[in-house]
Formats: sequence, C-alpha cells, structure tokens
Amino acid sequence: MSSMKTLFESEPIVVNLGLKEFAGNLAERGYEVTHVEWKPPAGGDDELVRLLQKLRPLAGQIDEANRTAVERMFAVNPVLTEIARAGDVVPGLDDYTILHAGPPTSWEQMCGPLKGAVLGAILFEGWAATLEEAENLAFSGKIRFDSCHHHSAVGPMTGVLPPSMPVFVVKDRASGGVAFASLNEGLGKVLRFGANGVEVLERLAFMRDELMPFLDTLVRMAGGIDVKPIVSQALQMGDECHNRNKASSALLLKELVPHVPRVDMPVEAVERCLSFVSSNEHFFLNLSMAAAKVTMDAARDVDFSTLVTAMTRNGTDFGISVSGLGNCWFTARAKDVDGLFFPGYGPEDANPDMGDSTITETSGIGGFAMAGAIPIVKFVGGTSEDALRFTRSMYGITVAENSAYGLPALNFRGTPTGIDIRKVIALDELPVLNTGIAHKEAGIGQIGAGVARAPHECFVKALRAFVNEYVSEGE
Amino acid sequence: MKQVQVIENAYFDSATLMAAAQLVKREYALKESVAVMATDANKALLRDVDLLSDDVDGARARDLVLAVRGDADVDAAIASLDSRIRSAAQPVAGGEAQEVGTLGEALKLVPESNLVLISVPGRYAVEEAHQALDEGRHVMIFSDNVSIEDEVALKTKAQENGLLMMGPDCGTAIIGGAPLAFANAVRRGSIGIVAAAGTGLQEVSCLVDYYGGGVSQGIGTGGRDVKDRVGGLQMLQSARALLDDASTEVLVLVSKPPQPQTFARIMDLIRTAAKPVVVCMLGGARDQVETAGGIFAGTLEEAARKAVEASGVVIDVPASCAELPQSIMDAAARMDTKRKYLRALYTGGTLCYEALIQLSDAIDLRSNIALREDLKLEDSFTSAGHTAVDMGEDEFTDGRPHPMIEPSLRAERLAQELEDPEVAVILLDFVLGFGSHHDPVGAMAETIRLHRVDGSGSSPFIIASVTGTAEDPQSIDTQLIQLQELGVHAYRSNAQALDAVRTILAALPADAQSK
Repeated sequence: MSSMKTLFESEPIVVNLGLKEFAGNLAERGYEVTHVEWKPPAGGDDELVRLLQKLRPLAGQIDEANRTAVERMFAVNPVLTEIARAGDVVPGLDDYTILHAGPPTSWEQMCGPLKGAVLGAILFEGWAATLEEAENLAFSGKIRFDSCHHHSAVGPMTGVLPPSMPVFVVKDRASGGVAFASLNEGLGKVLRFGANGVEVLERLAFMRDELMPFLDTLVRMAGGIDVKPIVSQALQMGDECHNRNKASSALLLKELVPHVPRVDMPVEAVERCLSFVSSNEHFFLNLSMAAAKVTMDAARDVDFSTLVTAMTRNGTDFGISVSGLGNCWFTARAKDVDGLFFPGYGPEDANPDMGDSTITETSGIGGFAMAGAIPIVKFVGGTSEDALRFTRSMYGITVAENSAYGLPALNFRGTPTGIDIRKVIALDELPVLNTGIAHKEAGIGQIGAGVARAPHECFVKALRAFVNEYVSEGE
Repeated sequence: MKQVQVIENAYFDSATLMAAAQLVKREYALKESVAVMATDANKALLRDVDLLSDDVDGARARDLVLAVRGDADVDAAIASLDSRIRSAAQPVAGGEAQEVGTLGEALKLVPESNLVLISVPGRYAVEEAHQALDEGRHVMIFSDNVSIEDEVALKTKAQENGLLMMGPDCGTAIIGGAPLAFANAVRRGSIGIVAAAGTGLQEVSCLVDYYGGGVSQGIGTGGRDVKDRVGGLQMLQSARALLDDASTEVLVLVSKPPQPQTFARIMDLIRTAAKPVVVCMLGGARDQVETAGGIFAGTLEEAARKAVEASGVVIDVPASCAELPQSIMDAAARMDTKRKYLRALYTGGTLCYEALIQLSDAIDLRSNIALREDLKLEDSFTSAGHTAVDMGEDEFTDGRPHPMIEPSLRAERLAQELEDPEVAVILLDFVLGFGSHHDPVGAMAETIRLHRVDGSGSSPFIIASVTGTAEDPQSIDTQLIQLQELGVHAYRSNAQALDAVRTILAALPADAQSK
C-alpha cells in the first residue's frame, strides 16, 4: 500500500478509468499510465449490479475461498494410471445405466445425436438386438440415464458412456481424487456424434477388446503418464488441448511407444492399435478432459467460493456448477456455435452446443488458452491477434493465472484460470468455448468447429442462488 | 560449494530456464548454473558437471532441477534462479497490445500503480473507487452524480487507510507534477495546495507559476468536502499530509466558505501548523484566519502571490497587467448611455464565484449560481441586468461536453450578448491546460470579429482572464497575443480582470451607471 507520504515522494503511476484523453495527457508528459477500456458493470443491468453489491461485504471471504479453490486446482497432479472397463471402475455405472454429457436430461428431451448415441450404446452392450428394440428399451424407463459429471466422468459431444466401454483412469496422487473419460473414437461416423451403425459398433468392439488391454499395458509399463507436463508442452506447440490436440496426441504416443516392443500381443493387433491412435489427432482430448475433471473436482465444495467447477452441455441445455453451491446445476438453453462448416453443411444443420469437453475451459485451457493455439483461430475466421484477444479477455473473469501453462505468445503469461461468476456478470464477459459442431441428426457426425460462449443466464441464476445462500435477508 | 534442488511437477520451457540460469551465473559469478527439466538427457548432462544428486536421479521429466556451484552464497543463487524462472511466467505491463478491461485487471498488471483516476459515470464510480481503495490505491473521482453518503463512506475508508480520496466532482489535481484531469503545466516547487474548488486550484497554481514559485502537490477535494456533512475530511487529511511533507514549505487552502463546524476544524489545523498557511475562502473570514495565525488572501491571485512570497521567492514580474490605458477610459466615458451592463460568461465555476464576491459591493450581479436568492437568474440562458453565468453548471452541460472542452455554446451566448444594445462590458474567462480545448481563444475569435465594430462607444468592451502557463499545450502567451489582436483586454488573473471591469463600469457616463 502506498501512503500519501510515499506518493508525494515518488511519481504517480496512474490507472485511468473513463475519459481516455486524461490518460493521453499523462502519457504525453512522460508519466506511466494504464488506460482501462471500461464498460458499465453487468452490461448496465441494475438488478445484477444490486446482486453484486449485496456480495460486496463478503468480498474478503469470497476472495479467500476462491484462492483456496484455485490453489487446490493447482495442487492437482493428474496421472493416467490405467485404462479399464468403465463398469468396473466408474462408481454407480451398473448394467442398464448409461451416462451422458451435460446436465441431467430424460429420453424425451434428448437431442437427436444423443438419442442416436444411446441407441448405439444399447446395441453395443447387447441389451437389444435391433434399433427398434433399443428404442423401445430406451423409452420403457428401464434404462437409467445420468450425467457423466455425477460419476466423476466426462465425455466429449454426447458423452455417452455405457458400462462396457473402456475409460482412461486419471488419478491425483496428492488428493486421491479420480476421474474417468471414454477413449476417443476419431472423426466421422462415431458414437459420440450419435452414429450407431455396424462400423461404429465394430470400432467400439475393437477398442474394448484390443485397444483397452494394449494401452493399459503400455500405461502400466510407463509407470503412469503425467498429464500436466504434456498439456504444458502442447500449449507451446499449437494446441489448446480441446479443439486442437495434434501435439498433445503425439506427445502422449511418444511416452507410450518405447514400451511397445514388450507388449505380449500379436503384431497385427499391435499394428491396428498403433495406427488407430496415431491416425487420430484428437486422441489426447479425452485424456485432457479427464485431467481437467479431476482438477476441477478438487475445487468443489469450498464454502463462499464463487468459482465455476463445471461447464457442460447435453445438446439441449447448458449447465454450470459452482464451488460454494454444491452439486446444483444452473442451466439455460444451449446456444448455437459460431464457426466454420465442412463442405456441404451449414448452420441450419448444426446441433446446439454439446458435450462435457468444456471442462477444459473450466480448468483454464481450451478456449482460454487460444493464444497458444493460433493455428485453429481459422475456425472462427479470425486472425492471430484474435486468438490472443480471446485469451486476454478471459483474464478479467478469472481469479488466477496458471504459471505451469505459460503461453509464449503472451510472453509466457500463465493461462487465465478459475472462472468467478461475479466477474462474468460484472464484466458481462462470457467464457469462450472452443468446440466441434455436431449435425443435429444422429449419426452424421462432426460438420464443423468453432467458438461458442457460455449462456449468460446460467451465471445469472448461479449468482442469484449464491446471494440467497450466503446473504441473509434484510441485508 | 554446490547446491541442488528438485522442484516437483513444474514444467518450464528450456529457453526460459537457460536464460534464467545464465543471468544467475553472471549475477553470482558461479562456475556452474543449471536449470533443466529432469529428463534422462539432462541427468546425463548434470552428471558430466558433477551436479547429479540422488534426488535428481530419482526425479522425473516433469520435475525441475536447479543446480549451482561456485564460491558465492549458493542458497541465495538457487533462490534467485527460482524466482527468475517464476517471474518469467508473470504478466508484463504496458505494450501496445495490452488491452485492459477492468480496474482489477489493471491493478494486477501494474502492481506498482498508486493512483486511480476515475471519470466513468457517477453511478458506477463509487464501486470502482471502493475497489481501488481496498487495493491500497489513492483515488481521484472526476465524475459527479455521486451521493454525499457515498462520498463520506469513501473518504472515511480512505482516511482509515491513509489514502488520498480526491473528489467526487474533483476536476483538477497535480500530483508529483502530473496533471490529473483538467490541470496545467506548472513548475514544481515548495507550495502545496489543497482546494475544494476546481478552477480555484488551476488559477492559484498557474499564478504561483507566473510569480516564480512552484507547486509541490495540488490536491483537489471536490466542492462538497467543506460541507459539514463531509466535515472537510479530505481537506484536513491532505493539509496534514502536506504539513508533514518535506518538500512542502507553504500550504495554501482554497475553497468556497466552509460550513461552520468544518470551518472551525480548519482553523484548529491552522493554529497548530508549523508552516505558513495561506487561506483563500472566497468571501472572507479575514479576522478568524489571521487570529488563527493564517495568511489571509481575499482573491485567488492574492493567495498565489502571498504563497510565493512566503516560500521565499522575490517576485520580479509585474502584476499580471498594468492599469487600463487612457484610451479605454476615454472610450468608456463616451459609451452610449443605453449601454450599462456587464455580462460575464464563465467556464470556470470558481472564477464565476469569485466574480460574484469581488463585485458584490459595486453592482447587483445576477447569476445562475447567485449567492443571494433575489439575484438568482430566472433563466440561465437569458441575461438580465448585470449578469455572470457559470456555463459549467448542469443546465449547460446536461447531454453535452463542458464548455472548456466544447466552446460552441459559449460562442453562441457571446454572439447574443454582443448584439444586446444594453451591454457595456463583456467578461470571458479562458482556462487553458490539459483536458481543455486546444485553442479556446481561437474558438471565440470569429464571433468577436464579426460583432465588434470599434471603440467608438457603440459596441461593448471585452475583457478576458486567462488561466494558464507558458508550458501549457495552448501556451498562455500565444492566447494573450491572440486576444490582443482581437482588441480584447486580457489579464492573467480573474481578480485583475474583475478590477478592470469595475473600473470601466465606474467610468461609464453617469446616467449609464447602474447598480
């Protein structure tokens, strides 16, 4: 803190808020000045300003709680320890249970791709023999649907996870936390986009029967794979570990490959596995998500914390959860994605925003690390300066910078980490999400990629709930 | 001596690590300085230079190894290495590409920043000011429309934390020589000014500069500070700080008359002050000020002169203008007898106020900021009799910029007055400095040229006061020359311009004189 005495004895170093000319005058005279591109708080919405003001007396406690939450995030050291059958390791994933991305939903309310994926999962499990039988079963109420997030799991796009699918098991040795994510199937006709034809089911069977034991053996031989250093390096190699995973997938393979010669499997099977993994530039995505999930779960349930612990979508609704508000979801309709479409497709074909993969942004990578992934800024028709701007604009709504994830383009500034719902509302700046775009009909697959913003309404609802929870009446 | 440290799970790129190692090697004159990730290749490298410990051998590629050898303090070298690597990951302030959207972000980016200047709409300024104070920064609020309750809360918080809280509605300040909002380029020196009157601070500081003195700090408090509801919180706090300030030898207090309790507190402060205190509370209180041991100043100019003298400077420049030339006195005597009235069009509120005080014994001066209810202008936009208008008041600035920035409204009003057959004298102030129009005189020149005829008595005199310094962006000398060329009698102080007005009014033909 600067006393009046020290101010008088030194030169003023000014932060200017408002009329830009005042900053110009100071700069012209050689004084150090930082001009703030100020906007009215909460987009000028008086109700929201009042809600924020109600939290002002608690600011100290909230800031402290957020620091605690984000320190817990930074302390997490996610390690891929094994690849296992989901039903064997994911708590509560019993027979006739199917997990999906996003906040909870019902069969009736599921979007097209999610329904398609559920039917595929039923066939894959052998709970039905035909699509018609599968649909009847799904409709009958015999299948229990639940959010991946309620089971320490995450999945991209539809995120459909039945018990027989293999999952990455990612553990935090320090806290004992664990998280799970399915294995990435590649692009094209795949279950996560709602495809459920023969080739999809055959690929899933291959992943279960050959890829799972192969990768599990390698991971065990490697003594586990530390995920954080891979993310850290990949961010300096053009990835943001959500929508671009070229470098991270290669880095992962590089960790695994030295152990391949000692795998006791037929060489044809090894070849199939290796070529499957190495031909999929998004293979690392699901691992990135599991690591982000175990990181964010460490930040849950800190009293007074306004930190967002999950952002996720089921193709119909978008939901967020907040550390100090337990397991509640604050939801709004999922929004359309602004992006580029593959030849032959356009915005009219697109399903609204979908998937658990925004757990990456929640943890401070993905769209928040766009400055590290300049190659994919093309997806939003942007320039390299736009990529930097996306990341810079997120510093305002976060509480910390992750020095483990330094971005070269920002002079090694750490990625913006830990979304504070107060700041999102105050600045009227919504989290930037990098994402793939799914066709709205089941089974067609990915038709583009782009950038979406989390819905404002989720944060408004969360803020109201926070005020109700922590500010007593009459104040 | 050698020292090796392993930091688990801390990845940094090799360029950052090598740069840090190199710097620390030089800084501590080390034989070896190594910062690497614990990969097998790097372990081999460490073995080659005999810096491989068991810890390092057991470390993994995600772990960072810091190792040094030399005659220096190796622990300190390791600590320095560690902090250099981490600081490389810290944000860097400045740079053109840096876009900052919030106060919080700016404070984090520039942790050494010490003052926040706020000119956002009043309803938002309070929240921002609280945040700035909470983060230990001095604050100046330029904005108005802040409630007096909020003002008290902010100033109380600032006082508890030993911070400056200038404003709300503080138009000007000079801190450490830096012009904040509307301020002038004045010489630095030993005179500290605290003003609850914006243009008052500009006028006093510019005249201090003219008379050869200099300003240590010029602190604005906002006009309401001297109301009892606020109790002079900021004026007293700033005055005490300046009395303690080694670079300040003379203190000047400027305000409109404070309310009684606040006035008493200010007198108490003067009584115990160990430095000369010049007091200009427009409107008097000479006896009380002098009894308390203060130096009384009746006008802003007098405050500047007395402060400069008290600071030990011998004034060797003439009073800002000589007497009116005989030609003007003659012209005044020949003035058309219908022409009787003064019309003063002010942009500076304090200067207008000073006019009301200084001319109160000579004429009944109507104004939108009149001190007496019966002299209040019915309509601020229409003059009546002797009139002085503060064109910086809300009715003129609602929805448009202040006339110091955007002069067209005053130019229109000037044209109106010049056409009025009852006007004998027009008085204009020109306030220069940062924030003001780039050529205030130039902005009036065309109107003056179009309407003025000659000195035959059939057109009014125009008198001007110019507040500014030679170093101001508009340079007072240039502005004075321009005024001279336009036939305007210009002064470097409002007080002298008002004296000239008084003289001219007194020289008008007897039947033109009007109280």
